[in-house]
Amino acid sequence: MRALILLALLASALPLLGIERFPPPDFSGGHEIPQTVVPESRARTQAWVDVAALALGLGLASWISLRLRSRKGLVILSLAALAYFGFWRRGCVCAIGSVQNVALGLADPGHAVPLAVIAFFSLPLLVALVWGRGFCAGVCPHGAIQELVLLRPLKVPHWLDQSLRLLPWLYLALAILLAATGGLFIICKYDPFVGIFRMGGPRGMLLLGGALLLLSMFVGRPYCRWLCPYGALLGLLSRVSCFRPSVTPDHCSRYRLCEDACPHGAIQPPTGGFPPRDPDARARLLLRVALVPLAVLVFGWLGGKVGLASVAWHPTGKLAEQVAMAGAGTLPDPAPDEIVAWRHAGADRNALATAVADLEERSLLLGRLLGALFGVVVAGHLVRVRFPRATADYETDPADCVSCARCFSACPYERVRRGEVVDLGEEGGARA
Amino acid sequence: MSRREMLSGGLRGLGLLGIGGATGALATRERRDDEVWQIDPDACIQCGLCATECVLEVSAVKTVHSHGMCGYCELCTGYFEPDPVALDEGAENQLCPTAAIERTYIEHPYYEYRILPDLCVGCGKCVKGCNMFGNGSLYLQVNHDRCVDCNRCAIAGACPAGAFRLVPRATPYRLRGEEET
Repeated sequence: MRALILLALLASALPLLGIERFPPPDFSGGHEIPQTVVPESRARTQAWVDVAALALGLGLASWISLRLRSRKGLVILSLAALAYFGFWRRGCVCAIGSVQNVALGLADPGHAVPLAVIAFFSLPLLVALVWGRGFCAGVCPHGAIQELVLLRPLKVPHWLDQSLRLLPWLYLALAILLAATGGLFIICKYDPFVGIFRMGGPRGMLLLGGALLLLSMFVGRPYCRWLCPYGALLGLLSRVSCFRPSVTPDHCSRYRLCEDACPHGAIQPPTGGFPPRDPDARARLLLRVALVPLAVLVFGWLGGKVGLASVAWHPTGKLAEQVAMAGAGTLPDPAPDEIVAWRHAGADRNALATAVADLEERSLLLGRLLGALFGVVVAGHLVRVRFPRATADYETDPADCVSCARCFSACPYERVRRGEVVDLGEEGGARA
Repeated sequence: MSRREMLSGGLRGLGLLGIGGATGALATRERRDDEVWQIDPDACIQCGLCATECVLEVSAVKTVHSHGMCGYCELCTGYFEPDPVALDEGAENQLCPTAAIERTYIEHPYYEYRILPDLCVGCGKCVKGCNMFGNGSLYLQVNHDRCVDCNRCAIAGACPAGAFRLVPRATPYRLRGEEET
C-alpha cells in the first residue's frame, strides 16, 4: 500500500516537471488540436457602480435623516439598499467586511487592497465624522433587513444593552488579529445575513441568520448593536460628528415619547435638574485616570494570550499541529487534505517551523496591542455608563443612534413644526 | 461648553487623520492591476471542496482542458472509472458525475475529450484521474464569466492546499502548457 502511494505521488509529480507520459499524437488525418477555451472576464465597471451607489446612498441617507427628517424616505432608501447591495450584489463587497481587507493591507505591504474596497471602508466612516451613522440608517443591507422585520420592539434593560455593546469591540479586535496575521476573514465567514442574500449557504450560516432575524422582530437591530464590528467604529466616530439627529430642533418638554419610540435604546434621558448639574465630573475624571492604565495592562496581557491561542486557527498553525500528529502517529486515516497538500508541495519541515514561529511572534504582538486598545474602550465605556454626561433634555446618544428617524414623529413638538394639529396637554406631563 | 466643543473638534481631526492615513497608505501602494481569484493548478490536490464551497449554487470553478498537452488516450483515466466495464461512453464507465466530458473518436487509437462547461460542477474527479496517471492536461480553474469576485473567496478560505491566488485581472487564468506553445 505504501509503495503504491509513493508511486502515485511520484507519478503525480511528473506533470509538474513538464514530463508528458503520453506524448500528444501526430494525426495522419490532419485533425487540428483545439485551443484551450477559457471564458472572458466580466467587465470591471461593476466595482465602480457599487462605489457610486454607496456614495449616493450615503448622501441621500444623511440628507433624509438630518434635513428631511422623514422616516418614510429612509424606509424607501433602505429597501433600495437591501435590494441592490443585499440581493442583487449578494452582500459582497460590504463595508463591514472591508475592515479585514484594510487590516490585512496595513499589516502586509505585499497585499494590494482593491480601490473599491478602500472606498467601501473609508466613505461611511468619513460621512460618520460629519453627519453620523447615515450608513446604518439607509445604506447597509444588514441594517435594512433587521429594520424591516421589526414588528414589536421590546425594551432591553439599559445595563444589559450597554454591556452587550462591548461585544462588537471584542469581535473587531479578533477580526483584525486574524485578518492581519494570516488573512483569515471571520467577519465574512460568520456573517449572519449573507446566506439570506444569496438564498443559500452553509447550514450554520443560515441558522444563525434565521435566529437573528427572528430576534430582530422583537429587538431592534441586534446585529448592529451587539455584534457589528464596523458599527463600533462608526459609533466611535459619530461621537464627535459635526451634525447629529436631534429628537426635536425646537423645544423638549420631556414627554418621554421619543424614548419609547426608539427601539435601539439610543435616547438618553435627562440627568435631571434645571439647569443640569454635573457633580460627578471630578469623580469621572479620577476614575478615568485610574481605570485606563489598569484596563490597558490587564487586557493587553489577555490579548497576548488570545493572540498566541489564535495561531491554532490559522491554516499554518493547523498544519503544524497535524504534522506533529503525523510524527506521533496519531493522525486519522485517511490523512487530512492539508497534509496531502503539504506532502504534495515537498513537505518542508524547516519552512513550516519558521512560518509558525513568525506567526506566533506577530500574533502575540498584535494581540497585546489590540488587547490594550480594547482595555481603553472598556474603561471609557464603564465610566460613561456609571457617570453619564449631564443633560437637561432627551437627546440621541451620538454613538448608539443609527439615525433611523423613528423618534422624530413621536415628538409632539416635531408634529407641531410639521403643521399638524396636536393637543400638547400639560407642559412637562409624564406621558401625553 | 466651548471646552467640550474644542475637544470634540480635536478628536474629529484625529479621526479624519486616521481614516485619511489608512486610506492614503493603501491607495497609493504600488498595485499591479485589479486582482481576481485563480487556482494554481500545480498546488491543487483535487480535494473536491471547489464544488461545494463556492457561494454560487453551481461553483464558478470548472475543469479546463489544455488540448495541446493531451495524449488523446483511448483509456483516459480522467474519463473512465477505474476498471470500466467497457471502453465506451456508457454512463457506468464514466468518472464524471454529470457527464460533462464529451469523448469523440478521431483516428485509431486516439480520442478527443472536450469539457462541456455548462454541465461541469468543478468536483475535480477527472482532474485527479488525469493527474494521477496521465499528462495533467485537465485542471481546475475559476471561470471568470461566473465568478462574482467575493471580497474573500469562500473556496480560498476552505482550500486545504492554499492553491487559490490573487492574479491580475488582465491575465486571469493560470493555463498549463501555454509556455511551450
